[in-house]
Amino acid sequence: MSDQTRLNTDYNFHETDKIFFRAYRPGDDFYQDLIDAHRDLSDQQSQRLNARLILLLANHVGDLAVLREAISAAANDLGES
Amino acid sequence: MFLTYKNPVYEYIKSPDQDAAQAVHHPVIVVGAGPIGMGAALDLGQYGVDVLVLDDNNTVSVGSRAVCYSKRALEILDRLGCGDRMVDKGVTWNVGKVFFRDELVTQFDLLPEPGHKMPAFINLQQYYLEEYMVDRINELDAIEVRWKNKVIAVDDGSDQTRISVEIPDGVYDMTCDWLIVADGANSDLRAMLGLQSSGKIFEDRFLIADIVMKADFPPERWFNFDPSYHRGQSTLLHRQSDNVWRLDFQLGWDKDPEVEKRPENVIPRVKAMMGDEVDFELEWASVYTFQCRRMESFRKGRVLFTGDAAHQVSPFGARGANSGLQDTDNLAWKLKLVMDGKAPERLLDSYCEEREVAADENIMNSTRSTDFITPKSTTSRIFRDATLELSKRFDFARKLTNSGRLSDAAVLAESSLNSPDDGEFDSLLVAGAVMADAPVHGGGAEWLLHACGNRFQLLYYVDNIDELDTAAIDALKALEDDDIPLGILVVFRQGEAPAGLNAVCDSKGLVAERYDARDGSAYLIRPDQHIAARFRSAQIDKVRAAVRRATAQL
Repeated sequence: MSDQTRLNTDYNFHETDKIFFRAYRPGDDFYQDLIDAHRDLSDQQSQRLNARLILLLANHVGDLAVLREAISAAANDLGES
Repeated sequence: MFLTYKNPVYEYIKSPDQDAAQAVHHPVIVVGAGPIGMGAALDLGQYGVDVLVLDDNNTVSVGSRAVCYSKRALEILDRLGCGDRMVDKGVTWNVGKVFFRDELVTQFDLLPEPGHKMPAFINLQQYYLEEYMVDRINELDAIEVRWKNKVIAVDDGSDQTRISVEIPDGVYDMTCDWLIVADGANSDLRAMLGLQSSGKIFEDRFLIADIVMKADFPPERWFNFDPSYHRGQSTLLHRQSDNVWRLDFQLGWDKDPEVEKRPENVIPRVKAMMGDEVDFELEWASVYTFQCRRMESFRKGRVLFTGDAAHQVSPFGARGANSGLQDTDNLAWKLKLVMDGKAPERLLDSYCEEREVAADENIMNSTRSTDFITPKSTTSRIFRDATLELSKRFDFARKLTNSGRLSDAAVLAESSLNSPDDGEFDSLLVAGAVMADAPVHGGGAEWLLHACGNRFQLLYYVDNIDELDTAAIDALKALEDDDIPLGILVVFRQGEAPAGLNAVCDSKGLVAERYDARDGSAYLIRPDQHIAARFRSAQIDKVRAAVRRATAQL
């Protein structure tokens, strides 16, 4: 992780030492892993998986300024409940 | 029946083979005169191989069917002599736009850099492609097409294959050394040989409506997620030639295809999408479902499977016809070398190896697009919609948005025909990749791809041809007399090419840039324009070994 203190919203999916011939590939690889992880789970299990995932990734990011920015970006424009 | 196109009728002609006392033998028979079968025939015919093509019908595609042709397919068709007609008649497009709930969320340009002969994509009704291929076949003496010839039985032996063919006058038999199967997704030949294509069926239905309409929309691909006029589903708009527009509506699994394709049900959907005031006529409508599947092996002895007969994908990504043409591009030169006894039969196994990997990649990309377009669970839909919502504001989400990853040239990076890099290259044109095009001049070529293909070649790069190391070139020229001749093409940045040297000028420096080519760098190019090896210094022994590896002789 870089030492940036701004939320990076540029496309940032990559894998160390792996060459991707198509720009969309690493992101699509991640997206499939994500959806696959939810396969065959109940909605409640999926929510728990998501919560754990967010906590793990948040700790990995660590920088509170970045995390606050991410929370704010995600909360924006949620519409009516 | 169509407003803009009248299908040609190709005459059924009685063949002397029908009256022969014994089954007549042909070196190669191709089953199916669609784009892929004719691609195989043209490729082999251009190599001088006698090819017989059989088709159970007597015309080209009925209905527009495959409409998007990729840059790589156009490059292959260009090598086969049909590329210019395709581009002249087709609608060129590079830009795709994606809308979510009526709002533009992202757009992509598929060919952001200039300096390629072919555009990223053209749209053209399939019948035009087939017509151009028939015309081109008629220019080549090596190819014969027999219309209204339906294969009804096949007996694959170890030395030759025997087929029975039903014709309007009866049934006759023939034998061949090699049988190329290109009879489409529901391949009869595959079934007759007891083989399967396995994978998964997607539980969704889509309506295609081709309409004739005069409209000023730019020639772009417009994909709509959850539009207000078709809630909860997706739609796709493409412009084809002759003012024909392809509209594609996701319907859901519960819809009845027979009901949905009736004009009285199609027309309101078209009006909802295009607006009430738009003046149009309905040309063709069809409801389809799809599968993603492939055969376990594309070869069974002397029978070779190509195109949809071998593998099938969802239409999102235009990976059907575009990958089928890459199959025959890959197969033809290998079969020619095997038939000539210049390469071992296992070179044909590399056709399977390379194209099965490519098929898996196509199936993977097409499945991922389908899963994004038709989420299979609540959670999957929430992630999909969140991606689209975020794509209004954030770059990363735009790039995750998957409305179809459009067909591109397969990179055969893991192929056993590749040789490892000799030296360091800062370019993604690795062994296995298709060579990149670039403008050149000299030797009658305007494009690098025009100067390559149909034979093994060594691209040998020099900065200044006035300072050419003629001893090095003369040494490499010995390769031109090998059993598998290797043509030497010198690409130079500056200077004046001496007479008698096969050389083109890298006039814009784009060859140097795209290939990271420096003085003395060399690329070994296969007949299908894929790269087999690259060298910082091309020594004859290393180049010769790479040719042997690329032809399964090592």
